[in-house]
Amino acid sequence: MSAHTSNQALIDYTLHLADSSLIMAQRSSEWCGHGPVLEQDIAITNISLDLLGQARHFYQYAAGLINQSADHTLKPATEDSLAYLRDERAFKNLLLTELPKGDWAQTILKHFFFSVYQSLLYTRLQTVPDKDLAAIAAKSLKEVAYHVKWSSEWVIRLGDGTAESHQRMLTAIEELWPYTGEMFRAADYETGMVDPSTLHAGWLKEVQDVFAEATLPMSSESVYMHVGGKTGLHTENLGYMLAELQYLQRAYPGAEW
Amino acid sequence: MQIQVKKFYYGDIPDSGSGSAPSAKQVNPSEEWPLWEVFIRSKQGLDHKHAGSLHAADAEMAIENARDVYTRRQEGISIWVVESKYIHASKPEESGMLYDPAEDKIYRHPTFYDLPDAVKHM
Amino acid sequence: MSVHELEKLFQDKIDQEIKIEPRDWMPEAYRKTNLRQISQHAHSEIVGMLPEGNWIGRAPSLKRKAILLAKVQDEGGHGLYLYSAAETLGFSRDQMIEDLHSGKAKYSSIFNYPSLTWADMGAIGWLVDGAAILNQVMLCRTSYGPYARAMVRICKEESFHQRQGFEILLVLSRGTEAQKAMCQDAINRWWWPSLMMFGPKDSESTNSDQSMKWKIKRKSNDELRQQFVDMIAEQVKVLGMTLPDPDLVWNESRKHYDFGEINWEEFWNVVKGNGPCNKQRLEARRKAHDNGAWVREAASAYAAKKAARRKTVAA
Repeated sequence: MSAHTSNQALIDYTLHLADSSLIMAQRSSEWCGHGPVLEQDIAITNISLDLLGQARHFYQYAAGLINQSADHTLKPATEDSLAYLRDERAFKNLLLTELPKGDWAQTILKHFFFSVYQSLLYTRLQTVPDKDLAAIAAKSLKEVAYHVKWSSEWVIRLGDGTAESHQRMLTAIEELWPYTGEMFRAADYETGMVDPSTLHAGWLKEVQDVFAEATLPMSSESVYMHVGGKTGLHTENLGYMLAELQYLQRAYPGAEW
Repeated sequence: MQIQVKKFYYGDIPDSGSGSAPSAKQVNPSEEWPLWEVFIRSKQGLDHKHAGSLHAADAEMAIENARDVYTRRQEGISIWVVESKYIHASKPEESGMLYDPAEDKIYRHPTFYDLPDAVKHM
Repeated sequence: MSVHELEKLFQDKIDQEIKIEPRDWMPEAYRKTNLRQISQHAHSEIVGMLPEGNWIGRAPSLKRKAILLAKVQDEGGHGLYLYSAAETLGFSRDQMIEDLHSGKAKYSSIFNYPSLTWADMGAIGWLVDGAAILNQVMLCRTSYGPYARAMVRICKEESFHQRQGFEILLVLSRGTEAQKAMCQDAINRWWWPSLMMFGPKDSESTNSDQSMKWKIKRKSNDELRQQFVDMIAEQVKVLGMTLPDPDLVWNESRKHYDFGEINWEEFWNVVKGNGPCNKQRLEARRKAHDNGAWVREAASAYAAKKAARRKTVAA
């Protein structure tokens, strides 16, 4: 592998991490002012802020890498140019993150799936030779640990709460499960970083434990899994999200805010 | 004494003349998550201090809610929560008999004792 | 002790600047006035999340998005502190929310105006929060203890709100022509509604001013409004923008700015529900609450199950 391609792989990998956190944050921030109860409105916004912070760290790192490259199409890059001026096909976030916010059950389950995955991933990422990525992972890990705790408790509450909440969790599982497989299938740019397939067993175990306490059934292993997000093939949801997210930067090119 | 407060203040719009609906449905208070009192230790070595209250379905959630609501600016390193209904309080109308008798026990305070300047560190 | 004597003792305490605490004796009207004012204040914070929440998804940079999210979240927190203060007067939060949703309880009319452009995030922070802060600083010394303590906490947290708003406008005022126009337009739209936040003129109040006597409120509407105009009329110069009032002029003899007449007809119309966004704001609140009902029930049901299981284990 040439120095150029490995650098590009590192940029893509960093952007993938950044995009997933940003799109999670953008979705969950839709709850701000609309939560099911005031205390949880505040709680989920804290999580949105954590995710947004993670995204910014990764974008800043990616921008640095891009700006150091001899000739890169994204130069000059900043955290904002990377978040606001790339198109749908360039975004590398997991499909799971861009799914509609749905009801509280879907939001909770999405955060649960994602944060358990993140905690396993960041734990390993802390030890990669790339010092910057390792440092961002280490810093984010504390936040993620809280997200795992918060979302697990809610999965249990809703699963083992009322008949209605149980039913809504079943629906959420049916909707979201087919998007979990993508987390563990490596894109080319993940080579040499953390191999995501090695996280799968740990993830399943943790999900299984929480689901058992929540009296929720595991989905079958044979469910068809959607992939594509990591390489820029998205659901139709992402285009609308980016239209909203990027509107001002696109409408007033070059303006400072 | 009948007092009509009609003056309009920010955050205090009178019911009359504001197009208010005349009456509202009474909600069932037992459906609400219980109220909890929150006590926060701001740093190691200090007491937990009452910070406020909030609603939560259980103790675990109350601690997490307290973390999200009352420590967003690094205000705490330890949290206590207790369901408000378990707080017992002294009665204000008994404050005379409870607290006033301490007023004339001035000999409990170090400043009551006059010592020569030669006595140091006491 | 007769009610008359209790009232006298109560007023003596107030006059000596001794705070009233929840379990102390208080006149029923004092309790009701506080309850109404605190709950309306709480509702204002919660409904106030909506016009700014409207721009979280579209914030023009990641930094601005983080700031706005944190600010709107703070408002939720402030609503919570205030609901808690009101609850000490023996009224449940659910009941207050029900009264808001049914239209019985009110909130500040300012939030019935739409937030149309990004510059509105600046104007709301600078003007709306600026007006609110003047009230809130005064309320830190209000006579009801829990209300005063909530206000102290809120004022501490709010100090960044007005600054971030002004900074948004400052950046716009130094930006492109389109951004400057956006900035002036937002100031034009939010100026008069912010002045209305202080309520009707003192001369139009027909009452004995019980709230002042009880030190719930410590400055009159006109005093606070004048303070606000004097402050903003100077700050707007830094932006190189203008306030949309041809009558705004420094009065050397009064040592204050004179300003034009507020459109009171508009004011009362918005209070009564005819503002541009009254229906949408309440609808959004109702929807959030109603859609959350099953979530709150599930958490209660689970907590009850868990408690029962613990009992069985203990037995």
